[in-house]
Amino acid sequence: MDTQNISGSNEGAVVDPAKRSMLLAALYVAQEQTGYLTGDAVHQVAKRLGLTDSEVYSTASFYTLFRMKPVGRHVIQVCEGLSCYLNDGAERVVEYVGAKLGIRPGETTSDGMFTLETVQCLASCGTAPAMRVNDRLYENLSPASIDDILERLMGEV
Amino acid sequence: MAQHQPVLLANVNRPDSEKIATYLRYGGYDALRKALKMPPETIIAEVKASGLRGRGGAGFPTGVKWDFMPKDAPVKYLAVNTDEGEPGTFKDRLIVERDPHSILEGVIISAYAIGAHRAFVYIRGEFFLGVKRWIKAISDAYQHGFLGRDILGSGFDLDVSVHRGAGAYICGEETAMLESLEGKRGVPRAKPPYPAQKGMWNKPTLVQNVETLANIPHIILRGAKWHSDIGTEKSKGLKIFCVSGHVNRPGNYELPLGTRLKEIIYEHAGGVRMGRGIKAIIPGGASTPIISAEMVSTPMAFETLQAAGTALGTGAVIVMDETTDMVEVVRRITRFFVHESCGNCLPCRVGGKRMLEHLEKLAAGTGSKQDIEDLEYLAGGIRGRTFCPMGTGMVEPVLSALRLFRDEFVKRV
Ligand SMILES: Cc1cc2nc3c(=O)[nH]c(=O)nc-3n(C[C@H](O)[C@H](O)[C@H](O)COP(=O)(O)O)c2cc1C
Ligand code: SF4
Ligand code: FES
Repeated sequence: MDTQNISGSNEGAVVDPAKRSMLLAALYVAQEQTGYLTGDAVHQVAKRLGLTDSEVYSTASFYTLFRMKPVGRHVIQVCEGLSCYLNDGAERVVEYVGAKLGIRPGETTSDGMFTLETVQCLASCGTAPAMRVNDRLYENLSPASIDDILERLMGEV
Repeated sequence: MAQHQPVLLANVNRPDSEKIATYLRYGGYDALRKALKMPPETIIAEVKASGLRGRGGAGFPTGVKWDFMPKDAPVKYLAVNTDEGEPGTFKDRLIVERDPHSILEGVIISAYAIGAHRAFVYIRGEFFLGVKRWIKAISDAYQHGFLGRDILGSGFDLDVSVHRGAGAYICGEETAMLESLEGKRGVPRAKPPYPAQKGMWNKPTLVQNVETLANIPHIILRGAKWHSDIGTEKSKGLKIFCVSGHVNRPGNYELPLGTRLKEIIYEHAGGVRMGRGIKAIIPGGASTPIISAEMVSTPMAFETLQAAGTALGTGAVIVMDETTDMVEVVRRITRFFVHESCGNCLPCRVGGKRMLEHLEKLAAGTGSKQDIEDLEYLAGGIRGRTFCPMGTGMVEPVLSALRLFRDEFVKRV
């Protein structure tokens, strides 16, 4: 992930003067290496921004994209929203992906490769069903396209 | 109704549409050049006269909001709402990914008009491509002298930065967004004071939706009258309608406000799949009341939808055919809102959970008549009694479905 840019240090963009407002950006950076927020990472962020650990925990836990537990290398987030459901997606996609990987939502494969999650509307309702894998969005899903996506990820070293 | 060439979506299908070179080739930043020669008051008057209303859901008149910004405050901010998460809505993501400069040009003109020298772009954490596109657009605009010090020799300064949300629908609500921008939990603030009085770091802040901002350059270039000539009496201009569900050609359609639902569904979105009839339509995103097929002639405008007992919301039309299970639809929407409740106030946090329990039972066929009554009682009690508008948004689908499709609920017990 291109966190250098996201944290605001790209050319031109201004680094925010108020430290606290950098908290979400800092948490993204802290989460990048391990995929979740370790106690040590939270502590480091708190120290840098002049906050207490519990202030950082309290804020981080509000946001679903910050994780307090380890996740697999690839996080698959299947949309369970209304338009995906109306397009034969949602649970059907969850079941299809889950059967292929042998896990249910909230679980990680034993080799640590995949975590399966369900999420709310991904703003892809016009190209439903949709899911996100890591930082990429996949639209107009079909069994064949899901097979392709998973095979490619499994083949990655 | 007159045919309209796309304006807001004119660029999105061009190759390399997101690049500044493409944007400039088709007249990009001409509006900024023109605006910087106009006095700020004239721009505000022009936007007021255009009749533009916010496209983020509430439909507040944009020029009026600009006028609310105190003229004498030394520090003011502009916050750009790119948090699009209302189920059924997928227009802002399209503009950000394919035509970010059209928003940015609107941002610079708006900031100039209200006298802000700092703008914050808040973008939904899931929109990874959108984040990249925003950052690239801003960097390129700096290089071309459209941002930074003394923009195009006008003496006007503006800096813009990008801030990623992290998965919380409520952060689209403007005061929750300000909290999140300040690095806190996204819990809504009490209003008043409104953001125009006390916003980011307690400074006057203008919060504006992406689609609203993308309209600004066109109003500057073509004039207020061009805009106010399109649409209905109270709903002016072009609107991007997001059509999804059981239609043949789901997608974003840019049409004049006041276009009839049936024209959007049957002419633009290609009609209902397999030639089926329509059972229900959500006209403005998941938090707007559901309507039945009889309402298909309603013009899509703020006032006409309100008169029909629903709302234009974000213009997200979800079409459900005659085979749709309405109990399941309502369960699914309610589950969304319960999941996204910030937990700050009791009616939304606890009431929502209890509504969902009744809906789960009804959907599973294990419910009783009492569950229907309790559900209706809870929804009626939550409505209007929550800290922010989300609580009311949560009960609208429930109450409208119970009114229109009660027999489907009764059949389940
Ligand atoms: C629960 C809730 C969620 C909202 N989500 C969004 C959103 O994702 N994007 C948006 O632009 N406005 C959203 N709004 C509306 C904003 O509070 C605000 O009215 C809007 O950003 C103002 O911009 P506009 O006048 O240009 O529409 C939401 C409102 C509520 C109550
Ligand atoms: S209505 Fe819901 S989202 Fe709004 S403040 Fe109350 S708990 Fe939070
Ligand atoms: S409902 Fe799945 S992307 Fe909107």
